[in-house]
Amino acid sequence: MGGDGGFRRELRDYVVGLVLALGLSGAAFALVAWAPWSARTTLGVVAALAVLQLVAHFRCFLHIDLKQSHRDDLQLILFTAAIIGLMVAGSLWIILNQNRRMM
Amino acid sequence: MSAGSASERRRHPGLNLHESDAHPSDGEVVFGFWVFMMSDAVLFALLFAVYASLGANTAGGPGPRDVFELDPAAMETLLLLSSFTFGIASLAMKYRRGMALLQGMLATTLLLGLGFLGLEVHDFVGMEDTGALPQVSAFLSAFYVLVPTHFLHVSLGCVWIVVMMVQLRMSGLDRITRTRLLRLGLFWHFLDIVWVMIFSFVFLRGLL
Repeated sequence: MGGDGGFRRELRDYVVGLVLALGLSGAAFALVAWAPWSARTTLGVVAALAVLQLVAHFRCFLHIDLKQSHRDDLQLILFTAAIIGLMVAGSLWIILNQNRRMM
Repeated sequence: MSAGSASERRRHPGLNLHESDAHPSDGEVVFGFWVFMMSDAVLFALLFAVYASLGANTAGGPGPRDVFELDPAAMETLLLLSSFTFGIASLAMKYRRGMALLQGMLATTLLLGLGFLGLEVHDFVGMEDTGALPQVSAFLSAFYVLVPTHFLHVSLGCVWIVVMMVQLRMSGLDRITRTRLLRLGLFWHFLDIVWVMIFSFVFLRGLL
């Protein structure tokens, strides 16, 4: 049981994860090092790369995908994401708004 | 396509063992650890929110550009890609590729983790030499809460790897050590994700 086929297939997941992680991190660092665009654009692209890398790590290293959508762990991720979204976005909104008003 | 052969049911997040190797309570135990990790994710997210809202308040002290450097952050990122070596260790466990490969990969992961910790200590000491202490400004206070919290997590992860290496030597691979390695894997991969967020939203953003 657990022949070579399964091993190679799962190994491929990790190799893909490593290549994606190296590529996405490398791209983000390169953008900041060489700064070809304005700071605003670069920040947006770096944030997008971070989200892509988050997804890649979840998919390749933690083996979470959307196919098992009935599973509790995926629902917990979505719930956590909602909590994080509410608390982080809410805090930033309020604090930055107050900052501006007190200027 | 995804982890585990298509015929085997997935019981929990992360790598799933063959049904015959798994502990009967694997599903609940690993899910319980997953709950802890998600609550840890909320903790980190709020520390990020604190950092984001205080990051501009340097109170006349050094700002991000004065204290951050690109090269050390890049080096630390390379070291934390030990998610891959831990993945190989998990596969060596699942597919019985021998204790030598499993222990070797755990040792490699440990060395990468310790290298990461060493570089970070070097960074912190360097920052303090330039007068960037936690009490100087809100920016630095927030920084010294966020990044060292991750540092502590990685330290505990390293301790956990050592404990597992000793346990594997003493009692070999049984159902209990396998389940513990699965949870350690989740923890280690999670720390890697937190680091991605730290280098993107703290270091790279600060250096723009």
